[in-house]
Amino acid sequence: MQFFPRVVFYWRVYNLSVPVTETVVVTWFIMAVLIAASYYAGKSLGRKAGLFQQLAEVFYEGVERLVEETMGSERMGFVPYIGTLAAFLLLSNLSGLLTLRPPTADLSTTFGLAVITFGLVQREAVRRKGFAGYLKSFFEPLPLLAPLNIIGSFANPVSMAFRLFGNILGGKIITGLIYSAVPLLVPVALHFYFDVFAGVLQAFIFVMLTAVFVSMAD
Amino acid sequence: MPAVDGKALLLAFSALGAGIAMIGGLGTGIGQGIAAGKAAEAVARQPEAQGDIIRTLLLGDAVAETSAIYCLIIALILIFANPLLRLL
Repeated sequence: MQFFPRVVFYWRVYNLSVPVTETVVVTWFIMAVLIAASYYAGKSLGRKAGLFQQLAEVFYEGVERLVEETMGSERMGFVPYIGTLAAFLLLSNLSGLLTLRPPTADLSTTFGLAVITFGLVQREAVRRKGFAGYLKSFFEPLPLLAPLNIIGSFANPVSMAFRLFGNILGGKIITGLIYSAVPLLVPVALHFYFDVFAGVLQAFIFVMLTAVFVSMAD
Repeated sequence: MPAVDGKALLLAFSALGAGIAMIGGLGTGIGQGIAAGKAAEAVARQPEAQGDIIRTLLLGDAVAETSAIYCLIIALILIFANPLLRLL
């Protein structure tokens, strides 16, 4: 039950010492798992699918269906990004089950992901309306409202980042409080609710919101 | 009446503030309850649209939840990373 992630070690670069937090180390673990799984899944593709290939196909088809339903069939190029985002968020939210600190319980991770979504939304808006049309859309109903429009376009990524961060960290803190009160049996139910149910749900919601915001970009 | 330590007073009021901030969860609870009720009605009327209804419900709930999440973050900051303590 800690608000700030612990610093695991200091990384010396010349005469700077960069603090490497738990978030970064757990992210490395998740990256290693994802890279190994993708390499294995890509290497062992066969006409007769094994268990692992079947799981990978179910995951891929789910992501493909989600992108097709929410973004339309003309934006199937987003499948790799959306799929990667979904896999990373699922693993990082579920890593609380291994008593690791989920990387998404750190505002830096969630803000980084939300900034990527923000960039995708702006790029999509420029692509659809042209650069002049994109700039003009900020002055749209009234030129006076331009500051409000600009602030409004920043509000979506901020609320996305805070939503994921607040849900995961809130669950972690409540679980930690219960651990110090009743360390037996009761935390199992809490882990099931906060890590499995809320974690999967929040990963899904972050992915859905990214898809919806990009497809509604204007 | 004994003299009150300034830091103790600040901590006490921060704890109170954290509790009061969570009252903001009230509106979200009511709103999500209404949304879930409407979704149940919609599924009862059109059971074949269940997938679309659940997806819309989850998205709407996620957006409606924002205010409660802001309340939670304010409460967490007041408890764990109180910026007011630096002013003492």
